[in-house]
Amino acid sequence: MIGVALKGLLGRKTRAALTAVAIVLGIAMVSGTYVLTDTIKAGFSGLFTTVYQNADAVISGKSATGTPNNNSPGLTPAFPESLLTRVRALPGVADAGGNVAYPTLLVGRDNKVISAFGGGGLGFGIDPRRGNDHLNPLKLVSGHWPTNGGEIAIDTHTASSKHYSLGQQIGATVGDKLGHYRIAGVVKLGQASIGGTTIAVFDLKTGQKLFQKVGELDAIDVSSKAGVTPDQLVAQIKPILPATTEVRTGTAQAAKDTSDTGQFTTIIQDFLLAFAGIALFVGSFVIANTLSITIAQRTREFATLRTLGATRRQVLGSVVVEALVIGFLASAIGLGLGLGLAKLLNALFVSFGIDLPKSGTVFKTRTVVVSLLLGTIVTLLASLRPARRATRVEPIAAVREGAVLPPSRLARFGLPFALGTFALGVALLLYGGLASGASTKARLISIGVGVLLLFFGVALIAPRLVRPLARNLGAPGARFGGAPGKLARQNAMRNPARTAATASALMIGLALVTVVAVLAAGLKTRFESSVNALFVADYALTSQNGFIPTGVESADALKKVPGVETVSAVRAGEGRALGHHVNVTAVDPQVTKVIALKWTDGSAATPGQLGADGVIVAKQYAKDNHLEVGSPIPLLVPSGKTLQLKLKGIFDPPKGGSPFGDLTIATTTFDRSYANPSNLFSFITIKGGVTPANTQKLNAALNDFPDAKIQTESQFKKNQERGIDILLNLLYVLLSLSIIVSLFGIVNTLILTVFERTRELGMLRAVGMTRRQVRNMIRHESVVTALIGAALGIPVGVGLGALVGHAISYPAFTVPWGTLVVFVFAAIVAGIIAAIFPARRAGRLNVLEALQYE
Amino acid sequence: MAVVEEGAPAPAQQGTVVRANDITRTYGEGETAVQALRGVSLDVESGQLVAVMGPSGSGKSTLMHILAGLDKPTSGTVEIAGTEITTLNDNGLTRLRREHIGFVFQFFNLLPMLTAEENVVLPLSIAGEKADDTWLNELLRQTGLGDRRTHRPSELSGGQQQRVALARALVTRPTILFADEPTGNLDSKTGGEILELLRNSVDTYGQTTVMVTHEARAAVIADRILFIADGLIERELSGASANEVLDVMSSLGS
Repeated sequence: MIGVALKGLLGRKTRAALTAVAIVLGIAMVSGTYVLTDTIKAGFSGLFTTVYQNADAVISGKSATGTPNNNSPGLTPAFPESLLTRVRALPGVADAGGNVAYPTLLVGRDNKVISAFGGGGLGFGIDPRRGNDHLNPLKLVSGHWPTNGGEIAIDTHTASSKHYSLGQQIGATVGDKLGHYRIAGVVKLGQASIGGTTIAVFDLKTGQKLFQKVGELDAIDVSSKAGVTPDQLVAQIKPILPATTEVRTGTAQAAKDTSDTGQFTTIIQDFLLAFAGIALFVGSFVIANTLSITIAQRTREFATLRTLGATRRQVLGSVVVEALVIGFLASAIGLGLGLGLAKLLNALFVSFGIDLPKSGTVFKTRTVVVSLLLGTIVTLLASLRPARRATRVEPIAAVREGAVLPPSRLARFGLPFALGTFALGVALLLYGGLASGASTKARLISIGVGVLLLFFGVALIAPRLVRPLARNLGAPGARFGGAPGKLARQNAMRNPARTAATASALMIGLALVTVVAVLAAGLKTRFESSVNALFVADYALTSQNGFIPTGVESADALKKVPGVETVSAVRAGEGRALGHHVNVTAVDPQVTKVIALKWTDGSAATPGQLGADGVIVAKQYAKDNHLEVGSPIPLLVPSGKTLQLKLKGIFDPPKGGSPFGDLTIATTTFDRSYANPSNLFSFITIKGGVTPANTQKLNAALNDFPDAKIQTESQFKKNQERGIDILLNLLYVLLSLSIIVSLFGIVNTLILTVFERTRELGMLRAVGMTRRQVRNMIRHESVVTALIGAALGIPVGVGLGALVGHAISYPAFTVPWGTLVVFVFAAIVAGIIAAIFPARRAGRLNVLEALQYE
Repeated sequence: MAVVEEGAPAPAQQGTVVRANDITRTYGEGETAVQALRGVSLDVESGQLVAVMGPSGSGKSTLMHILAGLDKPTSGTVEIAGTEITTLNDNGLTRLRREHIGFVFQFFNLLPMLTAEENVVLPLSIAGEKADDTWLNELLRQTGLGDRRTHRPSELSGGQQQRVALARALVTRPTILFADEPTGNLDSKTGGEILELLRNSVDTYGQTTVMVTHEARAAVIADRILFIADGLIERELSGASANEVLDVMSSLGS
């Protein structure tokens, strides 16, 4: 009997392939995700292992406030250079080398920053005499190490991709000030690609000066004498270390760095796997539907098997075996395609500015096992319902013409069951969205399960909605499309369950895309209303990408521009206060001229009265920490110092947030406590306000600051929203995979339908329908199906978006009408594309053969 | 061989393989109810070929479906090989089909992806049994399929396909073979060949057969011909000629 099932599969290759496509795509995403993230992980791990391979121990600065945030450079405090001499004097130490490091951006001939959007630049200061030392993680590829303040070494990737050679000039900014340097050497860090990050190397003295670390070091690499183990070495070093430093063996340091970045890669992995999961979920709908149709078409075959003595269990088994084989083969193909998809995904990330280190392609056993198991199991689960229906075929169907599949036993409870599922889904969603008392985890699970049930519920109710929807959505075609248009509308309605199942797969993808669009629109509306309320300056100054802090010199340079009245900067840093990690910002007294804050307690004069110990916080922070004006707030800064602050004022920011962190102190205090202070935003008022002449004047003053960007209020909004747009586009691209899967669902249904209606199509052609009309008819049916998917998915998505938005306490619910109209048109286009192949097939039918077809 | 359920009625007499007792079959309910069979009783003796004839809508197909356990009577009993089948559950009926029943259909009902030989041995494969090579070769020779073993149904003519179907029905040596309009989808020449094969299997192997047909030329090969009209057996002929059959048929108003 298994043999019969397998031979049957061979005999229906097209249909088997159609069933498989849905799983192939989903599994390719799973496999591609694993391959890409494993490759990135191995890239990081290889990078760090190479970096520390020659060091037995590594001494580095330790932030007193915990893991520094990558957005705030210089948080790990430097330590005095004298430590190096003392380390060298230790009995177990053979050699030790020190260096300094600070984010440094390379600037190209066009005076623009070279690294990609969101990518950064590493900068090092290295003793040229120690450059070729085996302890140096950087290896010289050509030229020599920089020896004076005019020289620089750059990474091999920048040198080759931007065509720089030894002796040429290149720009570099530390903080925000541009300098030009002669390229003395080309270096590389480790074996793996370091992604989109650039490297700039100065000699140690120049580095210390540029990085504002004169007489200080950021790291010391130590090698031990023969016979001294790394652990013994570490034990020797520990007693002489100052409080803000730590020492690890080289292997431990590499492992720590790998695991720090590993967490980041794991997030990417989970993120991508979520989309693979959605694609597989949609794929399971497509498979279930495709199998249902093929099983319905094989009713007589199953009945014949029953008359020849096959049991129900054998019929069930034959369908399940078929599904297992299809699932397994599809998974194997998907697994292979994943290798290609990994490259595509990486290209996608790079195009969005996320370029990560990579090793050679890593293809783990886990990838193979998970992909094959997952694909096979999903196919198997999706086949169970159609398989059960196949067992309900009565033997007498073998002798009846036009026998149809009996309705499933659950059909009786159809509507109550569908409505129940729908209601339960909505209830779980409401609980997850509104029950503020429950734990976040419980709420998220409740939302997740709720969304699944909601989709199932809508899919179960859909058959009852198909007739009215098709009647209305098919009306334009029926009216203007002539007979093919009318027939297409009728065809879409004649098997509502089938049309509903096909449209439901598309519904899921469209609903999720709509959720994303609704949330993004809400986020933007909220942000813009905040900027509208707060922004009273003429111009804003930020780094090019708008979220990485810049040095402070660009803002200072603008103060000298004639006509400028106010330049007020918001400094950014981190710290620990009241038992939590906090974001710290700092303002000067003039901030009230550029940012209009509402005060709960305090006034526009408060920022000017902060002094050495004053701090202001937002209303919510004060409430959460039970603070009132006069409350003491001790703030631990990364250098290990504690500032004893007092609350001087409480402000009430708009719902969309403010440019301020948890604690805001005076700029003067900030600059005394934080090394390398940097600005998150600066705001400018100028005589005459925003005019082309003023814009030009300001830009001219920023010539030496390539990463600084001057913006008007609306440009500032747009620039800040670029991050949202990038994320939005990334989500659209990733969700489009699910939509593609559902399109294959439409293709499958149409092809199988054409197959089923061969005789009917022959008849239509015989009575005078042209090929073109036949094609139009199929195309129109496809568009009606796609529109039903849109009509179901978009409202579900808007509802879900409103709820999810509410769940993440996010009041600005905005319906992006324009985007939704685009989605509807996209659905129409998708329907037309899905119909190409089936329509051609239908058009090609030979009239005579079609009429004789049995 | 025969499955006799505990507490079942006494086995049919030796030689009687099918016994129907006063069966009725009503489709639908109330005003729209249609009575397809209105009390039919019959015995089929071992080694007999019985033809069931009647105009369309007479109930002849319903009778065959009920005799073969494909449909259940509204009232009355059916015994096959001594087993009362109208009360059997699905598994019982499946076992009955495996052990006692062979089918030949009007539209052949071959599995398109299997070769002729694979189609023939399908009932055995389903039951998890091996074909007896001598018997299989004999069957394929008898049905003239010796050189068509590896052909698929799409490569065979209608007559050849029906011969595969016939071999498939005979391969298990069923107690009773049901043929449903076996020549209904064939031209008269190939139809004649199938009828000849059917008659041969009765004569050579003693294959008990019930055939439903509306063609006089098919009915004349039967040992007994039952004429059904309006859900009742109206006439019965033995060893009748085509003319006699046609006379009866026209008297029944077809």
